[in-house]
Amino acid sequence: MSTMEGYNFAYLDEQTKRMIRRALLKAVAIPGHQIPFGSREMPLPYGWGTGGIQVTAAVLGPQDVLKVIDQGADDTTNAVSIRRFFARTAGVATTTDTAAATLIQTRHRIPEMKLRDDQIIVYQVPQPEPLSRLEPSRAETRRMHALAEYGLMHVKLYEDITRFGHVAISYDYPVMVNGRHLMAPSPIPAFDNPKMHMMPALQLFGAGREKRIYAIPPYTSVVSLDFDDHPFRTTRAPQCCGLCGADNSYLDEIVIDDRGGRLYVCSDTDFCETRRAAGHTGSESPEALAAE
Amino acid sequence: MNNDHVMLRTEGLAKQFTLHLQGGVRLNVLDGVDLEVRAGECIALAGPSGAGKSTLLRALYGNYRADAGRILVRHEGALFDLASALPRTVVAIRKRTLGYVSQFLRVVPRVSALDIVADAAHDRATAPANAQATAAALLHRLNIPANLHALPPATFSGGEQQRINLARGFIGAHPILLLDEPTASLDAANRDVVIAMIAEAKARGAAIVGIFHDAFVRDAIADRLYQIAPYPQAA
Amino acid sequence: MTVDPDILLSARGLNLSFGAIPALVNVDADLWPGEMLAIVGESGSGKTTLLNVLSGKLRPQSGVVTYRDPAGALHDVHAMPQPALRALHRSDWGFVHQNPRENLRMAVSAGGNVGERLMAQGKRHYGHIREAAIDWLQQVEIDPARVDDLPRTFSGGMLQRLQIARTLVTHPRLVFMDEPTGGLDVSVQARLLDLIRSLVRRLGIAAVLVTHDLAVARLLADRIIVMQRGEVVEAGLTDQVLDDPAHPYTQLLVSSVLQA
Repeated sequence: MSTMEGYNFAYLDEQTKRMIRRALLKAVAIPGHQIPFGSREMPLPYGWGTGGIQVTAAVLGPQDVLKVIDQGADDTTNAVSIRRFFARTAGVATTTDTAAATLIQTRHRIPEMKLRDDQIIVYQVPQPEPLSRLEPSRAETRRMHALAEYGLMHVKLYEDITRFGHVAISYDYPVMVNGRHLMAPSPIPAFDNPKMHMMPALQLFGAGREKRIYAIPPYTSVVSLDFDDHPFRTTRAPQCCGLCGADNSYLDEIVIDDRGGRLYVCSDTDFCETRRAAGHTGSESPEALAAE
Repeated sequence: MNNDHVMLRTEGLAKQFTLHLQGGVRLNVLDGVDLEVRAGECIALAGPSGAGKSTLLRALYGNYRADAGRILVRHEGALFDLASALPRTVVAIRKRTLGYVSQFLRVVPRVSALDIVADAAHDRATAPANAQATAAALLHRLNIPANLHALPPATFSGGEQQRINLARGFIGAHPILLLDEPTASLDAANRDVVIAMIAEAKARGAAIVGIFHDAFVRDAIADRLYQIAPYPQAA
Repeated sequence: MTVDPDILLSARGLNLSFGAIPALVNVDADLWPGEMLAIVGESGSGKTTLLNVLSGKLRPQSGVVTYRDPAGALHDVHAMPQPALRALHRSDWGFVHQNPRENLRMAVSAGGNVGERLMAQGKRHYGHIREAAIDWLQQVEIDPARVDDLPRTFSGGMLQRLQIARTLVTHPRLVFMDEPTGGLDVSVQARLLDLIRSLVRRLGIAAVLVTHDLAVARLLADRIIVMQRGEVVEAGLTDQVLDDPAHPYTQLLVSSVLQA
């Protein structure tokens, strides 16, 4: 695909990228702390990843290899359009192979494969403020962050355990970063939370509509909030992947007919394909069905 | 020296009231009161109505502030001047040394009679369980039947309220007791109980100052009379 | 400035005016541990302003409020950094509002409301927090079976008791109360008075109580401050001030009380 004429590299002008990079440097210096930035209008609507795209544009270089996923998949609309956007405006190489990517932009998942210290992962964030549903005043939440007054977040967990017997937060589960800042990990499943802890890759978060950037530097402690007697636990569907047979990956449930038939498959499409290429099969894979 | 046994002494005690709501009228009630009470002694304040007996008793408790003079109280071995003491000191003296039985019962509404009495013992740092038992015994002695112990005394008769008040005043076994008409609304039987209780207090060494209109009670327990002369009012 | 070695809170020379209206004029106040101090006066006399200045919520134009922490160190309340003052308000101090809805989280269960201060202090054991909440509900005479109910299902008197439980759960040594019995039915008020009195006494809490009700002051307070137009016109033992009022304004207040 050829680079489009008349656009600066990666769409944004250099001044805007400098402004975003300055915000990113601040964000890396204070892990988990939200930094305001001058979010620009992007050629796609809010909620489609405008924050993530701006962060990606600011850190992207000509040598980078870009991977974009949405809910773990490389082939969904959002992922395809963002990948093509950067292929056209920056002319960078793109890939679906997690291991080959140097920069991964994601919506709502972290790849199953362990990321390396020469990779960067950029999260698209709809709501950067973890206390937003508990305390309506932004002035007050900023004060709470400044003074590390996070008792209120535990009140929410207390209420969940009281009402449901367990913490009923399945995605965007709040975390403590570097033992100091309470952070919203973006709507990734709680299943992915442990992957953020001591991750070798640099993690960047962009919220376009809310105009906030935050970051987790490599090898930083990220702890999911919990109680001593109700420790944080990840959950996944109890099935194995129908295509590759994996019993440790996060699964999507797909309705396959009108008689209640369901297929559970890895939400990380690259992970699933890599396994199948290595010869793993699941109960519903073409090889297995052919053998019947 | 005998002075050690002086529990309470006033020197030149004076008290006047200024009624600002009545154009600043000044009422001189007490002037130059010199009174001394020793351990085990009971003094009855005497004088015509309006002479200032109640005012003096209230001044001795620190309830009315003295305008001049000193009120020396032996509190835990040392003499304190109640007229110039800090409020906290007055509170401490009242808790452990100076007991007062007023004519009116003023308490938190919902609290039971037993708790009101036991509470007064709590001020003297008695164990709560003990205080309850002592309070119950004292109420029985004053002929308050057990079925009333758990009720708040707001609806009790005047005589019953007065006996709750007496129990409250006596449970602390204070070294100094001030009694304002302790038998005013009591029948003869209860009056005799109170006389016995006062006599026991004297026997354990309490110094007592009281107002007793009932000559029978006065003769039974008072060792001395202290005559208060009506203050010569400027006409 | 020398301060009594036992004193818990001490104010000297407080001045504050709102425009031309003086709210505090040269006010001094002292509070010792385990003592209840009532501030009385009519509306607009400056009593709530004094409470807010003593508790560090409002800065005086001049004057100093000194607080002694549990370790014995003295702090100028208005010179404390905000984090320290807020931490103080969550631990060693408490504030009981006239309207419990200002302090409670109405969308959080009774247990969560009581437990919040514990969680803010870093307590992270759900079972222990819940036990403490149930224990405190019992102490304020709320049926422990209602620990999971939302406060919006509670009556006014229960809400006020819940607020007290929420405030006392961290065992503060000093509690500020702004008309805690205001706006309640008399029977509910009596029960609350008894509860406050017994809790304060049993736990050895010191309290500053703002009230316009002299009967409340008489039943609860050891000492009393009478305020008029921002000035302390009379101060002393509660029974002294109420039985032998010296200042014309105090005499007017005392004589204006309805006798039931």
